[in-house]
Amino acid sequence: MVDQKLRATIITGRTIDQGVGKELGKGSQEYYDNAAVVFLDKADMMKLGIRNGVPVRVTSKFGSVIVKARKFPRGSMPGLVFMPCGLWANAVCGDATYSMGMPMFKGFPVEVEPAPGQPVLTLDELLKEEFGRGL
Amino acid sequence: MTEVKSVVCPICGCLCDDLEVTVENNAIVKMKNGCSVCEAKMIHGYNSEERILKPMIRKDGKLVPVTMDEAIHKAAQILTDAKYPLLFGWSSSTSEAQRVGVELAEELGSALDNCCSVCHGPSVMATQEIGIPTCTLGQIRHRADLIVYWACNPWSSHPRHVERYTSFSEGRFEKSEWKDYIQKVKAASGKKKLEAAARQSRVIKYQPPPRPQTCTVDAPPQTIQKMGRKMIVFDVRKTMTAEAADYFVQVEPNKDYEILEALRCLINDQELDVEKVGGVPVEYLKEVADALVNCEFGVIFFGLGLTASAGRFRNIEIAISLTRDLNKKTKFVISPMRGHFNVTGANVVFAWQTGYPYALDFSQGYPQYNPGEFTAIDLLRRGDNDATLVISADPGAHFPKSAVQNMMKHPLIVINPDLNCISRLGDVVFPTQWCGIEYEGTAYRMDHVPIVLRKVVEPPEGVLNDEELLTKILAEVKRIKAEKAAKTPPKSTCATKKEEAN
Repeated sequence: MVDQKLRATIITGRTIDQGVGKELGKGSQEYYDNAAVVFLDKADMMKLGIRNGVPVRVTSKFGSVIVKARKFPRGSMPGLVFMPCGLWANAVCGDATYSMGMPMFKGFPVEVEPAPGQPVLTLDELLKEEFGRGL
Repeated sequence: MTEVKSVVCPICGCLCDDLEVTVENNAIVKMKNGCSVCEAKMIHGYNSEERILKPMIRKDGKLVPVTMDEAIHKAAQILTDAKYPLLFGWSSSTSEAQRVGVELAEELGSALDNCCSVCHGPSVMATQEIGIPTCTLGQIRHRADLIVYWACNPWSSHPRHVERYTSFSEGRFEKSEWKDYIQKVKAASGKKKLEAAARQSRVIKYQPPPRPQTCTVDAPPQTIQKMGRKMIVFDVRKTMTAEAADYFVQVEPNKDYEILEALRCLINDQELDVEKVGGVPVEYLKEVADALVNCEFGVIFFGLGLTASAGRFRNIEIAISLTRDLNKKTKFVISPMRGHFNVTGANVVFAWQTGYPYALDFSQGYPQYNPGEFTAIDLLRRGDNDATLVISADPGAHFPKSAVQNMMKHPLIVINPDLNCISRLGDVVFPTQWCGIEYEGTAYRMDHVPIVLRKVVEPPEGVLNDEELLTKILAEVKRIKAEKAAKTPPKSTCATKKEEAN
């Protein structure tokens, strides 16, 4: 049976492809392809009835963003989702620091739901939407 | 065509200093020894279409090119008009530029913070609480026989760390494990091919491959007892580093503190009356504790998985306490995996100039330090600052959305070589030279070793480096302040008021 929503814990962090994209330029296709994604466990993807590359909406209590779903390349981690550092991950991260300066980048709850047909915004589109500015 | 040897990579805290770069017509055309991230920057990224070549000011919602003098005057005007500006970034800049930054902050009476506050700030706090037993990466390369990567993934964030400083490096007293790893990969790949062939021929009934050995398997793996260098990885997900490790322990998110404390109990010969800690069977932790105690020279490298998870600096404190306990039985050190190539330098320069490494405030005319109050995210969250200068960093891509939204409520000055997220949002945007490619300067490696970055190509005409640009902004700030002081009549004191009344 296909679930409508997945409740999971999110971790944001670095991937080598996101690192390469970042150095090629934040406006590069490589950065967009490798930062506007969320990694999910295979079992969780089956539960949601989605495949690699399908747009999904990731929502936390701090915000929401549409990115492409990807399967974790190795290991089994049901209930855990991972987003590479970047503008798209920041949309769901919180600014609570618990008086230590460090915002919420890791280990907080999110919901993931399929968003077929909905666009994954590019860097400039997302900047415009979130901050009302661009070049 | 010229070949430049011993070039230092200006990307991550490893500061690899063995790059060989080929330059033709003032452009890098080829390089050796760099990782994929380094090649992306040194060959393509530094000279991409997103390079900023002229200063820009936002007019009618769009960034338009202006002269350098106009941009410097505008930036200085914003900074002097503001009551409490925030100067943030510094981690991808040289230490020489960071020194000028401290002077500018003092002149403005502003807040001053570096990227450390959103990466290893909690590590600095923990170190200030209980100290840190550590050493240089050279010591680790030559002597360490047990390497623990805790909540970090060097394969992605510091791609040559394992190769240059730990398991795959050829040390004087410890041999590289690279060949063993290659054999392991070849064996796994051969097994896959055989299974695929069996499936295709349908002669042998297909059997699914056994599950990889992680903490989810019942029997403890034998690899941890192997000879030579051992690598243990603790992480919430199975990363490429975990795949290369001899032993991988998959922990539950936000449970690192519990596991570190359990390991402390075990190495201090205390019994645990639970079956699992943080999702890891105690039997496995005993194996790890044995390996930790029985090594000759061990090291724990930790990353943002500890500093950004629940517990923050308490996680680092307990990791340092574990290292301290281990030093009663063997030799053990611990080291943070610092991210940007000179974020350690930012801490060092700020500390030598002011006494404090980050989260600084000059509003009282002298430096004050308080993480949680003067850290960039907290200032932005409360909306304390009324202007921001960002240099050599991209909070647009690495700060939570709400923090950047608050930053956008006030004027924003950005100094960066290319159009990153925050440059696209700036009100005044300055181009600058790529340090370590177009000008030389000092950077501090993650183990606090200063290394001089080299200049490889000439910068574009008219583009200044960070230090020159900040010096010009500082001079303009001083000039505007002097002008304002000259125009403002001197404040009347009580004595003069009385005299006037009489």
